[in-house]
Amino acid sequence: MAVQTARRAEKLPGGRVNLAGRGSALGDRAFQGIAFAFAASILVLIVTIFVVLFVDARVALAQEGLRFITGQVWNPNESIFGALPYIYGTIFTSLIGLLIATPIAVGASLYIVEYAPNWLRAPISFIVELLAVIPSVIYGFWGLAVLAPFLRDRVERPLKAALGDVPVLNALVEGPARGRDMFVAGVILSIMILPTIMSVAREVISTVPGTQREGMLALGATKWEMIKGAVLPYARGGIVGAAILGLGRAIGETMAVTMLIGNSSTKISWSLLTPGYTMASAIANQFADANSAVHFSAIIGVAVVLLFVTGAVNLVARLIVSRFGGDTRATGI
Amino acid sequence: MQGQMTAPSIPGARPRLSLEASDGQARRRKIVNGIMTTLIGAAALLGVSILGIILGYIIVKGAPALNLDFFTKAPPALGEAGGGVAPAIRGSLLIVGLASLVGIPVGLGAGIYLAEFGRGRFADTVRFIADLMTGLPSIAIGAVAWALLVKRGIGTYNAIAGSVALAIIMIPIITRTTEEILKLVPNNLREASLALGTPRWKTIVSVVLPVARSGILTGVILSVARVSGETAPLLLTVLGNSFASNNLRGPMAALPLEIYQYATKSPFADSFTKAWGASLVLIIIIGLLSLSVRLAARLGGPQARR
Repeated sequence: MAVQTARRAEKLPGGRVNLAGRGSALGDRAFQGIAFAFAASILVLIVTIFVVLFVDARVALAQEGLRFITGQVWNPNESIFGALPYIYGTIFTSLIGLLIATPIAVGASLYIVEYAPNWLRAPISFIVELLAVIPSVIYGFWGLAVLAPFLRDRVERPLKAALGDVPVLNALVEGPARGRDMFVAGVILSIMILPTIMSVAREVISTVPGTQREGMLALGATKWEMIKGAVLPYARGGIVGAAILGLGRAIGETMAVTMLIGNSSTKISWSLLTPGYTMASAIANQFADANSAVHFSAIIGVAVVLLFVTGAVNLVARLIVSRFGGDTRATGI
Repeated sequence: MQGQMTAPSIPGARPRLSLEASDGQARRRKIVNGIMTTLIGAAALLGVSILGIILGYIIVKGAPALNLDFFTKAPPALGEAGGGVAPAIRGSLLIVGLASLVGIPVGLGAGIYLAEFGRGRFADTVRFIADLMTGLPSIAIGAVAWALLVKRGIGTYNAIAGSVALAIIMIPIITRTTEEILKLVPNNLREASLALGTPRWKTIVSVVLPVARSGILTGVILSVARVSGETAPLLLTVLGNSFASNNLRGPMAALPLEIYQYATKSPFADSFTKAWGASLVLIIIIGLLSLSVRLAARLGGPQARR
């Protein structure tokens, strides 16, 4: 094909050597133009997303002002929209997920990089990363059918029995243990964000130079002392970034959380057993009932807040991870 | 493994190492090391076994629900046994197919632009926005489609809005993977082709893209697999509908929505069986897509880092 083009170029009149040919210059311009249009459509998309959300959120935001994110009452019947309980639920469940997932992800990463024999490394990473492929709704259903009853009987009730009479700590287990609450939602989130955190943490840990490890070992350190003294301090920044990346994922997660969090209380409480809402679960639960213009607008308003929170968290995570030598692209999709 | 790596196993050197002042301390350090090694191993084991547990439940509980009826029949009246999820499978294919029809060309085009022409501020902005968009919660994208095409536009819950939402999710994923892979194509291939007088566009179409084919295919299939399981944006737009429908302007059944309905909205015992079955079907579809990616990877060519 290339040869043909070259031959055509030779035949150009006037002895002018035009390797590309006039037709091809036009072709080049057309091709680049089309590709440009596709690239530009991404900008059009993001602008559309923001314009639609802001225009539709305006009514509720104008009515509530700052109370939209500080108000603790959300009552569509009386047209009061304070989204603080949803914001609180989002943060609370995400932090539970993060607290459970980060140590497991770092531990598994350490095992893969520092302990596992060569042939076992790829399979372990692959299996854990497959967790990212399972759809959210299947996590939710599995959570309903298997995880929630298990956690209710084996964790929540014993925990309630143990902490129920302890001052201060009993705030954590206030209310009946139903298996549809912040704690169950947090646990399912921890499973879902595990592959995200692990793939970045593993990459960061594997970038720690071998000389660091050898130095510690040569001083007579045990393997754990080597990890604690040479590997973890070196990888700390990247691990923090990995955790924040996981946080970003947890904040926007919808279906599994919606199915497990209870969605019945807008009380802001420390209790793990609160059957609360997250921003995402509030949207998924209320969109079908949004018949008044203000209620519709308020739901879009929650989406706007959600968008800003995830955007900010992701941005911070990417900055940290790229600064500490990881690759956010390693999270798969 | 421990013994090889740790210095204290050299017998003669023991008393002189300052880190090992006394035997008691050495024992304590060894115990701590043992505990931490166990914990690290346990973390890896836990991470691996969670997948096994979840998949195990889906396969064991879902397999009994699968029979010919499950794939070919519509659901019966609520609470009755029998019937299947045929409308949901077809709805999913329609919605995801329509989304791919829009999402794949746009994503590929944008990816080609970024890799082959993408210098300067415009390209950097597109790259940044595409990265940002891959991190957006899918429910927020669903909310946009809901506001634009359900509340306005068409006026009812409809399949088109669902496809639009899924396409918006696909585009940045395909854009970024396509760009990454095209950048892996060695520059001397491009130079060789251009030196022969081949125009730029033809170089891209007949030299660069064929070399990167399998990698690009990987990215495309992974994005299709990803949106096949998306539920939240479909819930806000397509809503779900147990009956067979070809009307793209009305509510439609879809596999993820079917799982959600059976798992949460229906009080009958049989509905959980159906939900397990539908979960298994969805997992099999996504698994087959991912498996085909691995096969495509075998065909060679530059690969996406995953």
